[in-house]
Order: sequence, then C-alpha cells, then structure tokens
Amino acid sequence: MSVDWIKSDRQLAREALLRARGRRSVTAATTSTVIVVVVAVALIIASPGWPRVRETFFSWDALVTSFPDVLRGFLLNVFIFMIAEPIILVLGLGVALVRGLRAPVFFPLRAAATLYTDIFRGIPVILLIYLVGFGVPALQLQGAPSDPVTLGIIALVLSYTSYVAEVFRSGIESVHPSQRAAARSLGLSHGQTMRYVVVPQAVRRVVPPLLNDFASLQKDTALVALLGPLEALRQAQIHVAKTFNYTPYLAAALLFIALTVPMARFTDHLAARAARQRGDG
Amino acid sequence: MALLTIDGVWKRYQDHAVLRGVDLAVAPHEVVCLIGASGSGKSTLLRCINLLETVDDGAIYLDDQEITDVRADPDEIRKRIGIVFQAYNLFPHMTVLDNITLAPRKVHGVTPAQAEAQARELLARFGLADKAATYPDRLSGGQQQRVAIIRALATNPRLLLLDEVTSALDPTLVNEVLGVIRELKQSGMTMILATHEMSFARDIADTICFLDQGTLVEHGPPAQIFDTPQNPRTREFLYG
Repeated sequence: MSVDWIKSDRQLAREALLRARGRRSVTAATTSTVIVVVVAVALIIASPGWPRVRETFFSWDALVTSFPDVLRGFLLNVFIFMIAEPIILVLGLGVALVRGLRAPVFFPLRAAATLYTDIFRGIPVILLIYLVGFGVPALQLQGAPSDPVTLGIIALVLSYTSYVAEVFRSGIESVHPSQRAAARSLGLSHGQTMRYVVVPQAVRRVVPPLLNDFASLQKDTALVALLGPLEALRQAQIHVAKTFNYTPYLAAALLFIALTVPMARFTDHLAARAARQRGDG
Repeated sequence: MALLTIDGVWKRYQDHAVLRGVDLAVAPHEVVCLIGASGSGKSTLLRCINLLETVDDGAIYLDDQEITDVRADPDEIRKRIGIVFQAYNLFPHMTVLDNITLAPRKVHGVTPAQAEAQARELLARFGLADKAATYPDRLSGGQQQRVAIIRALATNPRLLLLDEVTSALDPTLVNEVLGVIRELKQSGMTMILATHEMSFARDIADTICFLDQGTLVEHGPPAQIFDTPQNPRTREFLYG
C-alpha cells in the first residue's frame, strides 16, 4: 500500500523558489530594521536637548546610587502584590459564584454582591486608598488595622476584587448552556455542576483578561506610597528630591516592567499548554 | 406496569404550544421511537421527561412516582434517567475516562477505582478501550457520541433518552452509533429515541410514535405505522 515518495522535479523547483523567497524576506526585514534604528538614534543624539535628557533621565551615577534603595522598596511592592493577588482571586471567584446563585434564599447575598461590584468598580483606586488608608485609622475602632501596608492591601483588594469578579462572571456565562444541561442531566447538583464542569472551563477562558488585571494591580501597588510606606516609587521620589535627577524614577519603572513581562510570557505558556492538552495544538 | 407514563403533557413557549396534551406509556425493556418533522416536539418531550424543561400542564410518572411534582427533587430523579444529546455535550476539559466517571463518583458515591473499572469495561464493550485518556476533541463524531452514550449508561439509569443522536454525524459514522443502540436493546435497556433514521426505527423499535405539531397523532408497532398508517398526516409524513 505505501509507496516511497521521491520528490518530483516540479516539487524540488517549487521548494527552491520558496527558499529563495524566504531569504529575500529575511534580508528585507533586517535591512529596514537597521535603517530605522540608525536613523532614530542619530536623530535623538543630534537633537539639541539630548545632553540634558541624558543627564536627567539616563544618568548612570544616579542609577547606581539610587538602585539599591529603589530595589529594596520594590520588594515591598512585590510583597503587597503577592498578598493581594491570591485574596483577590478567591474573593473574586466567590462574588461571581454568589451572583450566579438562583435559589430565592440567596437573594440578599446576590443583591449584596451586585451592589458591591457596582460600587467598588466605580470608585477610583486612588480615592479608595485615601479612604481606607486615612479613614479607617481615623475611626479608632478596636482591632482595626492601622499599619499602612495592610490598609493599602485592603484598599487594593476591595477595588480589584470587583473587577476580577466581573471577569469570572463573564467567563462563567460564556460556558455554553448545553454543558450545564449535560451535567444536570447526569444528576449533578447546581454546586457540583459549577465546580466540576462550568468553573474549570470558565477559568481557562479568563486567564488572559485576568493577567491584564494583575499587570494593572502590580502597577497600582505604587499607589500605596500615598500612605507612606517606603516602596519603590517612594524611594525613587526621595532620591529625586535630593538630586533633582529623574533617573531613579526610570529605575523604578524598569523594575515594574521586569515584573510584568515574565508574567505575560508565563500566561502565554499556560494557554499554550492548555491548548495542547485539549488537543487543538 | 408501565415504567414511564406521560399523561396529557403540554409545553408552550410564549404563544407557541410545542406539546399539546401528549399521552404515552412505556413498559420496562420497551424501545420507543419518536418520529416526526423537525419542530414536531420530539426533543421537547425528551427534555420534559428529564426535567430540563418544566411542563405547563399534565404529569409524568417514573416508577409510579410523579416526577413533575413541584415538590420532587429534580437531581434525585435525573439520577435514574440518562439522556444523550444530538451535539454530544461531552465536557471538553476532561478526558474520556473522567467524563464517564464524574457522575458515578460525585453523584452516586461509587469509589474512584470502582467507577474507573466500570468505565473501562463499558469502553471495551463499545470498542473504545484505547481512548480512555483522550480528550473529546481528539475523537471523531461517532466516537464522541459513543462516549456520550457510555457516560449516560455509567450511572445505570432506569431509562435512557436519545435525542437525535445520529443527526450531527457523517453518514459513514452513523452505523457505529446505531450498533451501540442495538446492543443496548439486546441487554434490555428501556429507551426512548427521537430519530430521523426511519429504517433503523423500524428495525429496533417496539413502538413507533408519530408526532405532528405537538400532538401524538398515531402510535403502534413499526409494521403497523410504516405499512398501514391509519392517519392521513402519518401517511403524508411517511410517503410525502
């Protein structure tokens, strides 16, 4: 049945043409990239303001002096993020599931969840940080936290949980009703249907938008600086105030970028693995 | 004694009545085929039996218990009825084995080892022994539908409902699914099928029910319905 395939002359000629075209594409891309980069760099360096820009934003000395402090501060940003993120994920999924409950007994819970997302999605994060960070200690309640980092985390969790809950809810609603029908017809309860059939599919679908929210959360940890803790932005600010050189801000910015990029690649990797497992790779 | 009794069931969507007082009794081990044009109410009737739809009037009894009683627990009733859908509705994020063992493990309290053993036995019986670890979208339509049937069987239902299970399949794949249904009949499974496969219906059914515009127009043994239909609407549907 199987016949050894010897490529015909026609196919060999076709492949030679395709290879030649590939080489031409690479050459064209390389040439145009080199030209654009050279022209851009030349324009920037030749422009009259360049020495001042280099001195104020790209000062090596300022970078070296401020970097250890900024990095130490940045660890606090990472800490805030690492604490806030899991709490937000759990609470967000919880709020989304509560909004999906249909039984009449749960009406007050469902209404509360809806009210919560409506309110907290509408409040600017910076306002919430002020409100929680300065407002809660002012109440002088017994047992209420007064540590600015804790208060900052609470404010971020309150704000981001409302977003993440909506992301989860859209994911849950995107699972086709026939999946629910199939699960219920097998005798699974509403809770079991959500747990084993709907939520696992929903979570896979919302990984990219969730990552988007978390990239945003990583950056917003800098807003906790408003309450006083010495995180990356605050440390950079201190150095800038001393020297009037803005390179420390750039150092902080680079650290934030360094955190979001690997997370984006990690999510791509997760999505690719899920696709391979499902077999559509 | 009838295993399933349908007594004057009505179902309407807004102003359109899909079922208009359907009566039917199904005996244990009986195979009933519902035939009729698309929109005649075949699928709706099956969905009402499985409580995926609520009836607007009438009642349905399973083992002499009224399952349309609003006080009855639908989850408990669905444990005794299996349904297979036209579009398979397998769970895409689970392997074939997990699809099959989910309900036995989580609903019927079977141990994982026991559930897996039973699932593998069913897979082997229907020629899918090597597909246990595969995800559904790696299977052909016929294989997916056979897995869906096995998934419904794994809970040992009293009654199996099959809703146009071959309609989404390539003609060459229809026979492998029909073969499974034939084998189920031999093993004594009580089944209600909605189908467009007339020759298969004639071959496998004990009773043929012809539905037209939500009414059970005529029912009886296959030979009677196909060869000597009494009602003019049946004749028009079968002979055009």
